[in-house]
Amino acid sequence: MLRDQDRIFTNLYGIHDWRLAGARARGDWDGTKAILERGRDALIEEVKNSGLRGRGGAGFSTGMKWSFMPKQPGPRPHYLVINADEGEPGTCKDREIMRFDPHKLVEGALIASFAIGAHASYIYIRGEFVREAQNLQAAIDEAYAAGLIGKNACGSGWDFDLYVHRGGGAYICGEESALIESLEGKKGQPRLKPPFPAGVGLYGCPTTVNNVESIAVVPSIMRRGAAWFAGLGRPKNSGTKIFCISGHVNKPCNVEEEMGIPLKELIERHAGGVRGGWDNLLAIIPGGCSVPLLPKSVCDTVLMDFDSLRDARSGLGTAAVIVMDKSTDVVRAISRLSRFYMHESCGQCTPCREGTGWMSRMMERMVTGDASIEEIDLLEEVTRQVEGHTICALGDAAAWPIQGLIRTFRPELERRIHARQASKTSAA
Amino acid sequence: MPKLTIDGREVEVEAGTTILQAAEVLGIEIPRFCYHERLAIAGNCRMCLVEVEKMPKPVASCAMPVGEGMVVKTTTPTVRKARQGVMEFLLINHPLDCPICDQGGECDLQDQAMAYGADRSRYHEHKRAVVDKDFGPLIKTFMTRCIQCTRCVRFITEVAGVPELGAVGRGEHMEITTYVGKAVSSELSGNLIDLCPVGALTNRPASYTYRAWELKKTESIDTMDALGSAIRIDARGNEVIRVLPRINDDINEEWLSDRSRFACDGLKRQRLDRCYVRRDGRLQPVSWTEALGAVAARLKGVAGSRVAAIAGDQTDCETLTAAKDLMASLGSANLDCRQDGAKLEAGVRASYLFNTTIAGIEQADAVLIVGSNPRKEAAVLNARLRKRWLAGGFKAALVGPQADLAFKHEWLGDSPAVLAEIAAGRHPFFGVLKGAPWPMIILGQGALAREDGAAVLGLARKLAEAAGVVKDGWNGFNVLHTAAARVGGLDLAFVPGQGGRDVAGIVDGAAKGEVEVVFLLGADEVDMKGLGNAFVVYLGSHGDAGAHRADVVLPGAAYTEKSATFVNTEGRVQRTQLAVFPPGEAKEDWKVLRALSDVLGKPLAYDTPRQLRDRMATLNRVFATLDAVSPATWGAFGAEGAVADKPFLPAIDNFYMTDPISRASKTMAECSGAFGPGCGCNHKKTGTHG
Repeated sequence: MLRDQDRIFTNLYGIHDWRLAGARARGDWDGTKAILERGRDALIEEVKNSGLRGRGGAGFSTGMKWSFMPKQPGPRPHYLVINADEGEPGTCKDREIMRFDPHKLVEGALIASFAIGAHASYIYIRGEFVREAQNLQAAIDEAYAAGLIGKNACGSGWDFDLYVHRGGGAYICGEESALIESLEGKKGQPRLKPPFPAGVGLYGCPTTVNNVESIAVVPSIMRRGAAWFAGLGRPKNSGTKIFCISGHVNKPCNVEEEMGIPLKELIERHAGGVRGGWDNLLAIIPGGCSVPLLPKSVCDTVLMDFDSLRDARSGLGTAAVIVMDKSTDVVRAISRLSRFYMHESCGQCTPCREGTGWMSRMMERMVTGDASIEEIDLLEEVTRQVEGHTICALGDAAAWPIQGLIRTFRPELERRIHARQASKTSAA
Repeated sequence: MPKLTIDGREVEVEAGTTILQAAEVLGIEIPRFCYHERLAIAGNCRMCLVEVEKMPKPVASCAMPVGEGMVVKTTTPTVRKARQGVMEFLLINHPLDCPICDQGGECDLQDQAMAYGADRSRYHEHKRAVVDKDFGPLIKTFMTRCIQCTRCVRFITEVAGVPELGAVGRGEHMEITTYVGKAVSSELSGNLIDLCPVGALTNRPASYTYRAWELKKTESIDTMDALGSAIRIDARGNEVIRVLPRINDDINEEWLSDRSRFACDGLKRQRLDRCYVRRDGRLQPVSWTEALGAVAARLKGVAGSRVAAIAGDQTDCETLTAAKDLMASLGSANLDCRQDGAKLEAGVRASYLFNTTIAGIEQADAVLIVGSNPRKEAAVLNARLRKRWLAGGFKAALVGPQADLAFKHEWLGDSPAVLAEIAAGRHPFFGVLKGAPWPMIILGQGALAREDGAAVLGLARKLAEAAGVVKDGWNGFNVLHTAAARVGGLDLAFVPGQGGRDVAGIVDGAAKGEVEVVFLLGADEVDMKGLGNAFVVYLGSHGDAGAHRADVVLPGAAYTEKSATFVNTEGRVQRTQLAVFPPGEAKEDWKVLRALSDVLGKPLAYDTPRQLRDRMATLNRVFATLDAVSPATWGAFGAEGAVADKPFLPAIDNFYMTDPISRASKTMAECSGAFGPGCGCNHKKTGTHG
């Protein structure tokens, strides 16, 4: 249970003033100049020591990512790109940050840009986030007016410009290289890696792409120290995290909690428990729709962090907890996710372009049981043919929920098929 | 140089090489659809997946650069399974129409399905169908067959420089389409057909007329422009079905211009397949004996100075040699191979060659194009210029009619005065040329085929010398020809001899009655009306302007029907091969002249091609070596004098119709209609048109 004094996002619910004055009252922009004066290497070291792992889903060490940027700026400028294209179904954490605590992001952008040697940073915000973009822009304008960013940001001597770019609403543009393509004005399609963005990114220049939450926690880490952040949660899974709890709970909510909190405790304490009691729980998708679901038996004990969820053959993803009680048609739920991936596949590479459609259509038949038992294995095999063979992770994300379903609910799939066959026979 | 192991075999390759390329060094073939050596890497088909030790997932070998100590496996069960998976995905939405598909038999998907495909489909959903797109008169589309490899998009954007193709839609609905439904207007569009690994883009003019395995393939040389691109002629029976490019990195890499590729249907139309003699104002069919007898009868007692010969744009060197010798035996010095009136001289070889060579363009760093539109006059060469420009650090400028060259260049104006300014060092571009280590000048026929062409040539030489365009180990002075026969003609000195007449002189003399007999060797671009009452003997392949004017028509062979020598604009001597036989009674042109010489009682001294080629080699040493370019020595050429204040004009006004073959081609006529302006039929379309 996170203590109140360890909370980073103190205006997560928008109770207080989100503007500069309010943000300053909550401690933002306090001694930013002094932070920058520690120097690039010290800042990167601090983030590394804090154990911060990317909050966008993959959980890659943020400090490590920063350290991939060239140490000495060459002829090409460096860029920080902040991924605010929050499109993962079930996830609604970044929008709250941008709505209610935008200065955390703006300040984080300055510190991160300084650490990686970037004079310019772009925030790629999901097109549907209209109010969020307005608040964010207002905060940026305030920061410019107050001399916090712009020329000689915070009096540090570092010039820094921050731009908001609104996306067009494609899920794939949340993939970092597709985001860069889109930002350059091209069709949002992921790039091949290597080269990685740290070498060849935006406009061919060294670029770091970070999630909003990863950047927004940086100022707090700098002020309170890496040891404090690392002390929260479990080793290698440290810090706090905003969990987005939705679905069949009594009080769906966003909540900042310590990493590694037991899933059951998270739901019972913050979301008012599962509708109809814990025993009415069917399954939980713990990290946004891209990760396999967990049956109740696992949910009873699992801890909410990267490594323990990986060990449970799922993932923390964006920490969007989707709760399904026993009234849920779980096959239909996963089928709906498959349709989402079919719709959002960019179409660039073969397995994803062709596979997502195939999987979705088979899933639709699984809902009604209009299939044969062998097709469950075929479906599983198709997911394996997609997984790991694509340019970006969308193929994996499309495959995993189905794999989770088959692993956990195969008897349910078989039951539907048998029932359908029986009804056909009796009708005949 | 990183060293890596592929399938247990060690190989050392340059840094930056991809795994796929490294495997090719070892002779290990990795299947691929989207990867193409001459296009940017897309990595989207996923067919080339391989396993690399210490990497968690299979990697796309076409895009993964090699690393020191990498251990790659291309034959493991994992790899095989991954490729089988990709193949299955490609096939689920691919129609099963191989039996009627023109790509059948030469289809990458079909071939690789033999290796990685299953024997039955596990896909029981509905297949996707895609609406076909209109790519114009040359390319037929079957978009349902498309596997979205994007080779076509990359080619048209990168190589052709005409970004008219793109992919719209996402996921399953991704479709390749043209820019707002327009036809693909590039002069290189036919290459899309070769690049397409499936039957989505096929040869429209030849569609449904052949199966790939029925065709007899003959490797030859193209003569539709002056590049001498390497081609393969595919024929069935005695009919040329299609023309494809062959790889020749020195000339065309593996591209071919649309005219060279699609004008081949012109080889079947308007053909001269027997002899004709004009009697009572009409051409009457006659036998060879009668036709040659008629020529001999007319020549009897005519003084040599009253006989003339003009060679056309596709006349081979054998014919030129025989004609030159025949004219000499008749005592005539009136011969010319420059029917467009270009003021080029035969003396200094460097004065009429593309000295830099086509491959040499890639070394250049500045170019001044004068009186030329290489995109229309030599589309493949233009692609090379664009390739060089894409590589960066290449300054280009154009003096001549404004043109879209598909690469960035500065237009300096269309007046020869600009060239004079540059030559005098008073123009900023002089500094660019002077400052560039490897500068080039490209002089087109638009600058030379004019009254003051010799002065323009002289000016260009002066500029080349002043700006250091010609120096030790580098000759940046280039003449870009439009006719395949021109360099050969100049090499054989098929130009007026002592006191002889040039083309203008011959026409003038014929009008005045001073020239009585004119031989047209496939020359159709001469002012026929100006020939007055002269007795015209036309020797050529097509019933074009020359045959209509002729008094005697002698049917000759087209370039696909003979083994003949041509010299390309670089001075490279190459030989075509016989793919089909000349139609009807038509004969190889030089043999006709040889037979005529017999009838005239002045037999030429060669009976076989070999003897004739020996004779060519004695006329000019260059004919002794095939397929090579030797640097030509620099010298004095061109004329001093003022240039007229008349703008340079385009050398070609309709790319699709430049010679008798393309003028006879239905396909080329359709292209002219679709892609005018400047086509012969440039009238406005009305509401009721078509």
